[in-house]
Amino acid sequence: MTDSADRPNQPMQTAGATPAGAAPVMELEAYRPPRNQWWDVWDQFKSHKGAMVGLGFFVFALLFVYVGPLIWTIDPTYIDIRARNSGPSMAHPMGADQLGRDTLARMMTGGRTSIAVGLTAMLLSLVLGTLIGVLAGYFKKLDGPLMRTTDLFLALPLLPLLLVIIMLFRDQLRAAFGPEGGIFVLIVVVIGITSWMQTARVVRGDVLALKEREFVLAARSIGTPSSRMILRHILPNVMSPIMVSATLGIANAIITESALSFLGLGFPSDFPTWGRLLFDATDWLQQNPERVIWPGLAISLTVLSVNYIGDGLRDALDPRIRGR
Amino acid sequence: MLTYTIRRLILAVPTLLFISLVIFLIVKLSPSDPTAGLPLTIPPEVREQIRQSLGVNDPVFVQYFKWLKLMVWNEPLHLIESWTGWQVGPEGPRIISYQTRSPVMDLIMQRMPQTLWVVGTSYIVGILIAVPIGVISAYRQYSIFDQVGTFISMLGFSVPTFFTGVLFIVIFAVQLGWFPSVYDTTHVVTDWDSFVVQLKQIIMPVMVLGLYNASQISRFMRASMLDNLNQDYVRTARAKGLTEKVVVLVHVLRNSMIPVVTVIALNVPSVFGGAIITEQVFKVNGIGQLLIIAIQGGDIPVVQTVSFIFAILIVLFNLLADVLYGVLDPRIRYD
Repeated sequence: MTDSADRPNQPMQTAGATPAGAAPVMELEAYRPPRNQWWDVWDQFKSHKGAMVGLGFFVFALLFVYVGPLIWTIDPTYIDIRARNSGPSMAHPMGADQLGRDTLARMMTGGRTSIAVGLTAMLLSLVLGTLIGVLAGYFKKLDGPLMRTTDLFLALPLLPLLLVIIMLFRDQLRAAFGPEGGIFVLIVVVIGITSWMQTARVVRGDVLALKEREFVLAARSIGTPSSRMILRHILPNVMSPIMVSATLGIANAIITESALSFLGLGFPSDFPTWGRLLFDATDWLQQNPERVIWPGLAISLTVLSVNYIGDGLRDALDPRIRGR
Repeated sequence: MLTYTIRRLILAVPTLLFISLVIFLIVKLSPSDPTAGLPLTIPPEVREQIRQSLGVNDPVFVQYFKWLKLMVWNEPLHLIESWTGWQVGPEGPRIISYQTRSPVMDLIMQRMPQTLWVVGTSYIVGILIAVPIGVISAYRQYSIFDQVGTFISMLGFSVPTFFTGVLFIVIFAVQLGWFPSVYDTTHVVTDWDSFVVQLKQIIMPVMVLGLYNASQISRFMRASMLDNLNQDYVRTARAKGLTEKVVVLVHVLRNSMIPVVTVIALNVPSVFGGAIITEQVFKVNGIGQLLIIAIQGGDIPVVQTVSFIFAILIVLFNLLADVLYGVLDPRIRYD
């Protein structure tokens, strides 16, 4: 994103670029200091109410899982046998599970894994998707084979394959990276390599259109090599679709990981994730129905907030909508 | 159009071959052992003989071509035989499940009706909910109805089915006791009372899946209606003095359905995939549950066959969506 800072700012005489709710347009027209375009994006983003609430909740969720354990210091594996199957109380605000482990502490550790999986898997699929999309769009020779590969990946039955891969390769990776790390690597890699296709398609389309623009022609005529062309001119201009698919990627990865954990094929129960907590709680539906609510609510609200952020970003990054 | 369809059908063959190879290799190259589930008292030599008889010691490509022949030639013929009664099923081996020792195709056929029943009903319910919501939200854009509808579709889109399913069970089965939490597939509808029981047990899975499908389709419906409502032909129709009802429900709706129909066709395979989770929540013994049991038991033939059937569904419905698009929209010409 730092690359975009040295891009020439477009002249901003139109009222469209005024920040929402700022001083009247007339005064601003007189003198406008040069301004990074990302401030305009931020101004537009701020005007999307759902996106702001979503961003607020996502930050809250991040604080809850990363800073929360510093404040709520009960060990998630500590067994308080007297409190087992208990409902909400002062000692255990979200109750305790069938062994007497504190649900609030487990929600924090579980959320840390869930969100970490979401972010890492998203990064992996984004890198793969962008790489393949840019290569396919920029180099004509690679376009055919890479896009055929993308089509093939899109035709794979993903959920069955995910389940099969995790079931079959779990033990090997567990031996190599330890019980927690092995599953983490496996799930992140598997989600990453099965969800890059949409990004690749969108990025390829944008790169194909960018290649015909004058500034690319100008850059090529002064002899810019392909690598610098891609890094300096193409990539900064395809940032917007990449950012939107990043948010969708987080939502998708969190849901996939919870679905796998829910089917009993994700993380083991000593390393809880939100999906795993939900799965474990379904066995105690008759006694403690409220136990399924917390992890379910956490997954749903996080995904909802990320989807709203994506919605707001899409609007904010679209120059036709911006400022309207 | 016909040549396009034929060309696509021919192109689907290498795609499916590649997918079958991927599925086969992932399962084959994994370190799982088909005899691992057998009792430990079996001596190693016997174990080796069992492996020999299952054919897992052959070179991988020999195994692949044997499996492929069974998959695309023997099994479809047996399927035709069981449906029509014609004696066309070839002699020789079939794909046998490691766990149950019965032909995999028979297992799938036993479980297919339950899945089709639940998934099919929920998809139809989803479409029936989504289309009117999409139409009204687009017609009254930014109204309260639109705001609420958009929010609910965002909610349905974000809340995973395994949470809505469990939540429905907590509310309607545990707290209120209206509906059973388990879908009983042995239940036979004979009279009015048993029909009511069937209705009660199917409501929850259908609502869970239907809500999820409806939220996706209604977004497309709304966007597509909005695209069409501002077109010139709508103004022309109004200028001719047609009633608003005719303009919206005949002119605009028919044109907006074109992309929505293709989306509906495209989503069918993913609905089958999503049904795996819903079947697990409501304990429906459908094809998704078969897959889960097979994966947990290391039953490789079942896993390969079910995954391959999912792949065939995806490729076929992709093709169907493209062809439908060409048929419905005369502006699109593939030739």
